[in-house]
Amino acid sequence: MVSRAERSPFSDWWWTVDRILLATVGVLMMAGIVLAMAGSPPVAERLGLPTFHFVHRQVLYLVPAIILMLVASFLSPRYVRRAALAVYIIGMALVVAAILFGVEVKGAKRWINLAGLSIQPSEFVKPAFVILAAWAFSEGGVRRDMPGTFLGFLLLACTVVPLVLQPDFGQTMLVAIVWSGMLFVAGLSLFWVLFLIGGGVIAIAGAYKFLPHVTARINRFLDPQSGDTFQVDNALDSFAQGGWFGKGPGEGTVKRILPDSHTDFIFAVTAEEFGIILCLVILLLFTFVVLRGMTLARRNEEPFCRLAAMGLITLFGLQSVINMAVNVHLIPAKGMTLPFISYGGSSLISLALGMGFLLAVTRRRSRAEFYDRIVQGTRR
Amino acid sequence: MSEPHDLSADDRPRRGIFRRMGSAVVSLFKMRIDKSGGRVVFVGFCFLLIYGVIGARLVHLGLKPNEGQAVRAHTQESVAAVRPDIVDRNGVVLATDVKTVSVFAEPRRIIDKDEATELLTAVLPELNARELREKLGKKNGFVWIKREITPKQQQEIHRLGLPGIGFQPEHKRIYPNGVAAAHILGSVNIDNIGIAGIEKYIDGLGLAEINSLGFARQPSDIKPIALSIDLNVQHALRDELFKGMEKFKAKAAAGLILDVNTGEVVALASLPDFNPNNPADALDPNHINRLAVGVYEMGSTFKALTTAMALDSGKFNINSQLDARSALRYGRFKIGDYHAQNRVMTVPEVFIHSSNIGTAKMALGVGVENHKSFLRKMGQLDRLRTELPENAEPIVPGRWGELNTMTIAFGHGLAVAPLQASMAVGALVNGGYLITPSFLKQDGDRRDQAPRVIKPETSEALRYVMRLNGTKGSAAKSAVPGYFVGGKTGTAEKVIGGRYAKNKLFTTFMAIVPSDKPRYLFVTLLDEPQALPETYGFATAGWNAGPITGKVIERVGPLLGLPPRFDPPEQPFPVMAKMNAWGSKP
Repeated sequence: MVSRAERSPFSDWWWTVDRILLATVGVLMMAGIVLAMAGSPPVAERLGLPTFHFVHRQVLYLVPAIILMLVASFLSPRYVRRAALAVYIIGMALVVAAILFGVEVKGAKRWINLAGLSIQPSEFVKPAFVILAAWAFSEGGVRRDMPGTFLGFLLLACTVVPLVLQPDFGQTMLVAIVWSGMLFVAGLSLFWVLFLIGGGVIAIAGAYKFLPHVTARINRFLDPQSGDTFQVDNALDSFAQGGWFGKGPGEGTVKRILPDSHTDFIFAVTAEEFGIILCLVILLLFTFVVLRGMTLARRNEEPFCRLAAMGLITLFGLQSVINMAVNVHLIPAKGMTLPFISYGGSSLISLALGMGFLLAVTRRRSRAEFYDRIVQGTRR
Repeated sequence: MSEPHDLSADDRPRRGIFRRMGSAVVSLFKMRIDKSGGRVVFVGFCFLLIYGVIGARLVHLGLKPNEGQAVRAHTQESVAAVRPDIVDRNGVVLATDVKTVSVFAEPRRIIDKDEATELLTAVLPELNARELREKLGKKNGFVWIKREITPKQQQEIHRLGLPGIGFQPEHKRIYPNGVAAAHILGSVNIDNIGIAGIEKYIDGLGLAEINSLGFARQPSDIKPIALSIDLNVQHALRDELFKGMEKFKAKAAAGLILDVNTGEVVALASLPDFNPNNPADALDPNHINRLAVGVYEMGSTFKALTTAMALDSGKFNINSQLDARSALRYGRFKIGDYHAQNRVMTVPEVFIHSSNIGTAKMALGVGVENHKSFLRKMGQLDRLRTELPENAEPIVPGRWGELNTMTIAFGHGLAVAPLQASMAVGALVNGGYLITPSFLKQDGDRRDQAPRVIKPETSEALRYVMRLNGTKGSAAKSAVPGYFVGGKTGTAEKVIGGRYAKNKLFTTFMAIVPSDKPRYLFVTLLDEPQALPETYGFATAGWNAGPITGKVIERVGPLLGLPPRFDPPEQPFPVMAKMNAWGSKP
């Protein structure tokens, strides 16, 4: 047990970090490995790889991910910002490099080969973007001479344009929604909030009208007869086959024909093998993480920390919500990974980084450290 | 925010409005970071709501019944459908279910599909390895590998220990007597569902519904269906027909034994036939049931109907004279006689010499409309429906004029199913009752439930002329001593390409046993019998269909409980004797 009496960097960290959040994330990571054992063997077999190839890889990625998360959580807000800036710049450079030199996979240039590892740089950009946006908005709110809101807009534009060029509409949408949420929390006038909601509706309507693959997907969702609903049908079949208690580990059969059973549809595989009750448990874990994160954000009086925490937790929560909603056919199919559960190295590292930042900004700090910021902020 | 005091009074409120508007616009762009706490709570609440909706959807999915399993359970039931046994009139089994198993695969569960293919084809060498591999490669949840395998094969496949391979118990329909009564029994498909004959009729009785409710699990749960068929008679009939067909090198042959008092079909055979254990054979067009599905111009046998109509109408009696001295002309058509007598004849003479001229004159005497309505009354113009689903519509001339009546009178120009004609002839001799033939065992005489179509005296006259034909006329070669056989031959030229072909004949013979009080009607048909040296170059019915019928009568008479009587009955035709009909005095 770490003593409170002796002050060391570790004891400081231990007593200020939110251990409940840390523990829940640990549980999610473990669940990810167990569920990868269910979801990934069929994919591995299809690709002619050893049965547990993806499980081994997941475990392999988990080690640096955990280290990264812990290291990030040690950072002070100032260093969080610096780290985020560095990650953002490198990340965006790689995103641009991917567009210019990357390999085209399924019609999009999202991947880049770096020292033998295939990585998706846009994943790393996301948490860094949230931190930078939080800094811009909070700074704009605290200091008069800072054009914070303007910087926020600039940041969004810089991030979204390359993502659209990739193209990666899932990440674009995610980034845009998180950014809007942060703008809302940063105290945007309700008039503009309504304006933003209207803009979002128009954007979706426009995408439906002018982007053929979006049209097709939404049509298929609204009218399953209109096209190929292979994925969704099989996902729903997984839930039906699994029932409340599931067929048992390794007994799943629908997973064999479910594409992306180890990533986008891991939730459906979970239902088939472990049952809907376990799905509900996972759902509760995510709900808990999100609510815990929001509570910590609410409790934190420092504007940057509050905004950053809220943004990071929204990013995490949105991914989980979209993934699960697609799996249970509540919204049209959209490729989105289930945080910490779905297989994917880049995604895992990015999530660990985001979670590390979240833990860092939600650490308890003495009010004296940031008193000037809150007093100034409230006086205006 | 102090106002300058020297401003005029009416300026003040206006500037205030501008100012307020200005500050409102400014506040529109102001970020209220102090509000963030409440808004974080709001965002958290939104998330809680969305997670709640997903959770509700999960519960909804969990509460949904698993349709896949329900479908599977349903198929299992229907596959395992039980059918009642079919027995002949004496209780001998004609069709029964045996338990068997079918082997199926669940491709998604099979780990090594190539290995599974290899091992399965080793046990079941008749399977095509490539097709099997394709089947197992599918993404289906269920595929049949082979239906109805033997217990030995089942054991061997079981020993292979392949995951994803299973057995489904089923009932297989078997017909232990092979070809016997094949056309009546029909057949079932691989799922034990009737697709032809009595098997299909049984399904129409609502058996499938009873099964699906789970009432019948064992064949013994259901009462067997008793047919009117007598298996022994059936065998004998088919055997004699087969020999006859070979002897006369006919393309096809068919025979029927009908109980004229109950309407029961005691035996029915149509050659070539098929083995119902191999249902695909039934699809050969040459294997049709010629008695019920084929329609033919019946030729001279139809003269019995015309004679009955003439006598029953009252316009003719048994002693009426008909002039057959010269051919009957109608426009450019000329009707002559095959066995031309060229003299004036009485009705019995017309019948036994099979005079086309005399018969046509009788029909003309009755009139076209009366002829039509009589044939309709006798069921010759409408489709005959029995228990068998297979039947045929008669081919009736579209415009029916005097010429049609003349030709139809002697059996040309109207094609009917032989079973239909047999029903009518049965009515002519059984006292005048038209009984729809049945393939199910009946409780006895059904004449009192059947409509009367001719007078009893007419019926007696028909029995009389048929018996006369059996002693003095064309049916003499079939008249087996002791059975008091009467009958009528019929030889029709087949219509080939719209014309009558002189050398392609369709011969029929209808015999009644015994003529004084008929019990059975024997029908024999031959399609294109050939003339033989021993028939002196003739191929007409009296030389082929007649003798075959004679042999059948001789052979099945004892089986049917018809003891031969070597003293002719006393006063077999009292009315005819009283009327002093031609030939009633020795």
